[in-house]
Amino acid sequence: MTGIGLTHILFVSISLFFIGVYGFLTRRNMIMMLMSIELILNSVNLNFIAFNKYLWANKMDGLFFTIFIIAIAAAEAAVAIAIIINLYRSHRSIDVEDASDLKF
Amino acid sequence: MTAQDIIFYLLAAFTLVTGFLAVTTTKIFRSAIFLLFSLIGIAGIYFWLEYEFIAAVQIVVYVGGIVVLIIFSIFLTQEAGANLPDTAMTKKITGGIAAACGFGFTLLQVLQHNFIGTTEPGIEPSVANIGNRMLGVNEFGYSLPFEVVSILLLAAMVGCIVIALKKPVEK
Repeated sequence: MTGIGLTHILFVSISLFFIGVYGFLTRRNMIMMLMSIELILNSVNLNFIAFNKYLWANKMDGLFFTIFIIAIAAAEAAVAIAIIINLYRSHRSIDVEDASDLKF
Repeated sequence: MTAQDIIFYLLAAFTLVTGFLAVTTTKIFRSAIFLLFSLIGIAGIYFWLEYEFIAAVQIVVYVGGIVVLIIFSIFLTQEAGANLPDTAMTKKITGGIAAACGFGFTLLQVLQHNFIGTTEPGIEPSVANIGNRMLGVNEFGYSLPFEVVSILLLAAMVGCIVIALKKPVEK
């Protein structure tokens, strides 16, 4: 029996989640914000896998949630990058402060 | 402390340090490379947890797919070596306080909560088991979400093509 338990892995995933939140709140570049979101999604995946391994090893629900989250994250990243490149074409900038056309 | 523990601590420290550098460094290309190392560290934690299939999927999809896509978009949208404009100190402080408060609160909840796991024997997360569950239509099958995700991927692909289309030139 090893000394590493569920709490250790949860600590890693919580830290990674809030590192991602910090990046999302402080950076104004859209690609940087996308990278922060990837970090957040990864921490959630780690959480699901840890719960699956340590608490409900007789089921595979956490594992399948992780697989589907990875698939959806890939689709989300592709769409986001298409939008970012299109925004760069029309505004010559991907700073969120410059994308204020819809601002009232 | 066994060797297994030391490996976990090394992987966790590697993941967290590179993740933190990814959101704080000023050059955007370096940031993408640090993100790549952080994702590899998470794949290492999956290997450590003996979920080899998820680790392989993580490396193939994130490291091989999403990071390459991000690097492509960096090359297409800006000078890779240029420094990003530095964020305002007030924004850094408020963001740091928000993240630290959320971190402390969540960690407190996790430490206070008493997790009770199942005592039943576990299923080995082997590729054969995952495949049988993934395409199963019985009680524990996941074939409906599998189909829904495939429709979602198709919709995302069509959406990307529509967004990337050039507007026709008006005559």
